[in-house]
Amino acid sequence: MAASIALVFFVVPDDADQGFSQRIFYFHVPIALTAYVCFGWGGWKAFLHLWKRRPGADLESYVAIHLGVIFGALTLLTGSIWAKISWGHWWLWSENQLVLFLVLFLFYCAYFMLRFSVEDGPARANLCAVYALFGVVLIPVSFLAIRLAQHFIHPVVFTRHGPRVHGTMLFTFCVSWAAMLTLFATLYQVELAGKRLDSRLRELRELLA
Amino acid sequence: MTTAEKYVAAAYLVVFLAVLAYVLIIALKLVRLEREVAELTELAAAREEREPELTSVG
Repeated sequence: MAASIALVFFVVPDDADQGFSQRIFYFHVPIALTAYVCFGWGGWKAFLHLWKRRPGADLESYVAIHLGVIFGALTLLTGSIWAKISWGHWWLWSENQLVLFLVLFLFYCAYFMLRFSVEDGPARANLCAVYALFGVVLIPVSFLAIRLAQHFIHPVVFTRHGPRVHGTMLFTFCVSWAAMLTLFATLYQVELAGKRLDSRLRELRELLA
Repeated sequence: MTTAEKYVAAAYLVVFLAVLAYVLIIALKLVRLEREVAELTELAAAREEREPELTSVG
């Protein structure tokens, strides 16, 4: 993370079009991509829960989606700041990419409403797993929306013909994304360990009571 | 400081504060878990002390 910040502020040159404000790209896009990874990972764990009935897969799916929502909120916040300086607006409802990402984010926010409205047990785990799998369908739609839109002002950096940034910019982007993925992996492990410990302590308390 | 610099700083600050808040929440949770472990250890120790009495009664 420190290396990525150092690269963003001291190494990478100003963008010819957007100038200094383009530096938000190095955190905003990796955070958005990491949010997709979180939701995808949550969906994969949900699938494992339904298919193989793997113990703990439901909890892993929940933790991944929880982190996905946090990364999603950060994507919307950093995106709004970038939009304000680049387009002069905090939000544009005419932008398919923004609206679809918001839909994806709200869909996963509703996951928590579902999870906490059903009593703990296999039924809750199954319901949440099915819901998480439905959400996975929205990920490619949200990701491809910008490429499908005919009139857009949201910049496209990664095209079919390769990235439109080169050299230091591309390297900085890759370092930033690696940093975000590492942050996700670390937080995922820490939160999962905390939740498992919490659950075991509850069982132990019941046994000792 | 130019307007662009202010906005970029705000964006990075938002991310930093979110990570900081998350780490703080996790730290608080760890403190709670540590307290619970201590309580359960005391409970187990008290039970162990009580058990010989129960055995002699039985």
